[in-house]
Amino acid sequence: MKSIHVSTTVNGDAIEFICAPEDSLLDVLRNRMGLTGAKEGCGTGDCGACSVTLNGRLVCACLVLGAEAEGAAIGTIEGLADGDTLHPLQQSFIDHAALQCGICTPGILVAAKALLDRNPDPTDTEVRYWLAGNLCRCTGYDKIIHAVQDAAHKMRSA
Amino acid sequence: MRFARPATASEAAEMMAQEPGLTRILSGGTDVMVQLKAGNVDPALIVDIKHIPGLRAITPEAGGFRIGAAVSGAELAESAGVRALWPGVVEGVELIGSTQVQGRATMAGNLCNGSPAADAVPGLVTAKAVARIVGPRGERDCLVADIPAGPGKTTLAKGEFVTSIFLPARPERSGDAYLRFIPRTEMDIAVASAAVSLTLDAAGVVIDASVALGAVAPTVRLVPAAAEAIVGTRLDAAAITAMTAACSAACSPINDKRGTIEFRTQVAGVLAKRAALTAYSRAGGTR
Repeated sequence: MKSIHVSTTVNGDAIEFICAPEDSLLDVLRNRMGLTGAKEGCGTGDCGACSVTLNGRLVCACLVLGAEAEGAAIGTIEGLADGDTLHPLQQSFIDHAALQCGICTPGILVAAKALLDRNPDPTDTEVRYWLAGNLCRCTGYDKIIHAVQDAAHKMRSA
Repeated sequence: MRFARPATASEAAEMMAQEPGLTRILSGGTDVMVQLKAGNVDPALIVDIKHIPGLRAITPEAGGFRIGAAVSGAELAESAGVRALWPGVVEGVELIGSTQVQGRATMAGNLCNGSPAADAVPGLVTAKAVARIVGPRGERDCLVADIPAGPGKTTLAKGEFVTSIFLPARPERSGDAYLRFIPRTEMDIAVASAAVSLTLDAAGVVIDASVALGAVAPTVRLVPAAAEAIVGTRLDAAAITAMTAACSAACSPINDKRGTIEFRTQVAGVLAKRAALTAYSRAGGTR
């Protein structure tokens, strides 16, 4: 088994790492970079807990090989806040109690940010369909939809 | 397992042909990564084709479009030109998985994964789409309909892979549509599906048609008898009944917990009927 040297960008920072050919991007983020915000739920692209952006596209990090990160730009939940200032989506999830155990929350925040970047004023239905690949097994989805819509409203009026 | 990122299609074909062990193409990875994780496949070589020039491009060609094999569903859905020309093909691709899966999954991957329930394939078959294939002995073109060989199997030879799919030009007054049945509204695999493509004359009479069914046979199945049943008609009730019957007669589905043989056989006909009506209206016809 040959190790692969990869040069990539994570949340705007140039990063180099070594990985095995079969390591997923999620393995690399969590185990080599210590970025443990993205979670492994199913490992098969069904739950969305490992959502990150890859060259601006929302993807499941468990379905990407670490080696594919060569030359790419990756965005994770760790890049969402601006220093100690939470992103409006993060603040809104706290204000609306849109989480309980929190396992799905990083993936949902990354996915919601990708939606609002494209569509700053989505309908509830658009939010629900966009987040259909992010499973939450405790809060229920209503609070999550309300939190995304409230953040979208605040971001539009900012 | 080795990972390779070749710079040209012929280099990719050559390295796959020379590898004695199992090889897998990595494009969107939404099927391959799941199979790796489950231990269903243990390839000696994974070939990432996304950096081969042209494979991520959507290019107008001869009044149609050539879709690179590494174009994701999200990228395809953002192409207003393809959506306007082949709306039924695009709506099939868009039904695959979540937003995250759409960010990666490709039409060519959906085809070459070989699932009888692949949502992109019935639309491609009715569109008479042509796959361009590169292999160790060069390039060839092949109808998409001739690529699936059974669940998980294709007719591609060792070292061969799809580099693009060509969606041809179509006459005016043409329309297509794709529908599937799943037990919920999103994020599932077709229990049965149908695609219909048709062309009308100025009076709204169908002059050309193509009907394909998914998930009711070992491969996506073209049903010429269903197309013949609606050609020469304006989709009147008798024509629809004949088409629906031809579709059900063409089904040889499996029985499993997701759908019985009887259910799949009946629903395939119902879906074909509804897809035909949508395609007819997209072609500008009024009944």
